[in-house]
Amino acid sequence: MAELVRDTRPEACIDVEQVAPDYEAQAQETGNRPGSLLAYLLLGIFFGIVLIKSEVASWFRIQEMFRFQSFHMYGVIGSAVVVAGVSVQLIKRLRLKTIHGEPIEIQPKVWGKGVRYWLGGILFGLGWGLLGACPGPMFALLGSGVTVMVVALASAMLGTWAYAVLRPRLPH
Amino acid sequence: MLEWLSQPWPWYVAGPLIGLIVPLLLLIGGKSFGVSANLRHLCAAVLPTRVDFLRYDWKRQGLWNLTFALGIVLGGFIAATLLASPDPYVHISEATRADLAALGITDFRGLVPSEFISWKGLTTLPGLIMVVLGGFLIGFGARYAGGCTSGHAIMGLADLQLPSLVATIGFFIGGLIATYLILPLIL
Repeated sequence: MAELVRDTRPEACIDVEQVAPDYEAQAQETGNRPGSLLAYLLLGIFFGIVLIKSEVASWFRIQEMFRFQSFHMYGVIGSAVVVAGVSVQLIKRLRLKTIHGEPIEIQPKVWGKGVRYWLGGILFGLGWGLLGACPGPMFALLGSGVTVMVVALASAMLGTWAYAVLRPRLPH
Repeated sequence: MLEWLSQPWPWYVAGPLIGLIVPLLLLIGGKSFGVSANLRHLCAAVLPTRVDFLRYDWKRQGLWNLTFALGIVLGGFIAATLLASPDPYVHISEATRADLAALGITDFRGLVPSEFISWKGLTTLPGLIMVVLGGFLIGFGARYAGGCTSGHAIMGLADLQLPSLVATIGFFIGGLIATYLILPLIL
């Protein structure tokens, strides 16, 4: 837990992903229990099956969505958000705990100047429109036999690395 | 049963099933739904660098998420083998099919246009741009925006987070630019 020092300087707070409070550090340790990992694996398998069977992982469906020519993708994302949203509200209001009894806390996104959400979002969207797949579908397509996704994933890793290097100079 | 499962799933089945992953992850270990953080964990694991952003205990923070991603790959495999559709076509609208045909896309079999998104496609300029540049922008943009479609458009919106709404609008602006300006230019 030593490396998870909480930095309260404003410039540090722009990156919510790096500031993990203690409860999360604890959950991270318990999250690596073999039983939990098996559960994450099964949930991933479930997600992968749904992404392929619903054709959400299809480049053609993404084009159809950006051309506003079908309700399919809007229906998938919209109903997913509704089900997830009602669940999150229930978990918060009933103060539900994890199956191991830990409190459930959802990290709020830090606004900062807000630029990162606009610029990062648009850059991500450009990639989404070109490749026709976002990170989840990239993994699902790889498994389904579109092996060239290895290249897309390697490229995405390079993109992540480039962000990491440029991060101090980018507006957030 | 298997026959029924092997048909393409409608949105009102798929969407709620995806939505359910959010509470399940929270209840199992307090984890927030998101896939793109895996790209960061993979970088931290295999790309040695002095950059602070990639120097952290990726096993402790990211092992659960990497396991989830491995599951997605396996799920994709199961869907394409055990639950494979008898019909090779994705049933997109006629309008989309006509628009894409006008751009020169002729092979509608499978989930992706095999002329461009394939190993052979990498030898063409449009394919290279779609796969390599597309992948790069996804990796860069997801980390800059602090999340991707699952983290922002589903998890963040479900939690009524304003930053996630802005990011999701950004995803759409970028996607529209790619669809209406870049694709016609390169195809």
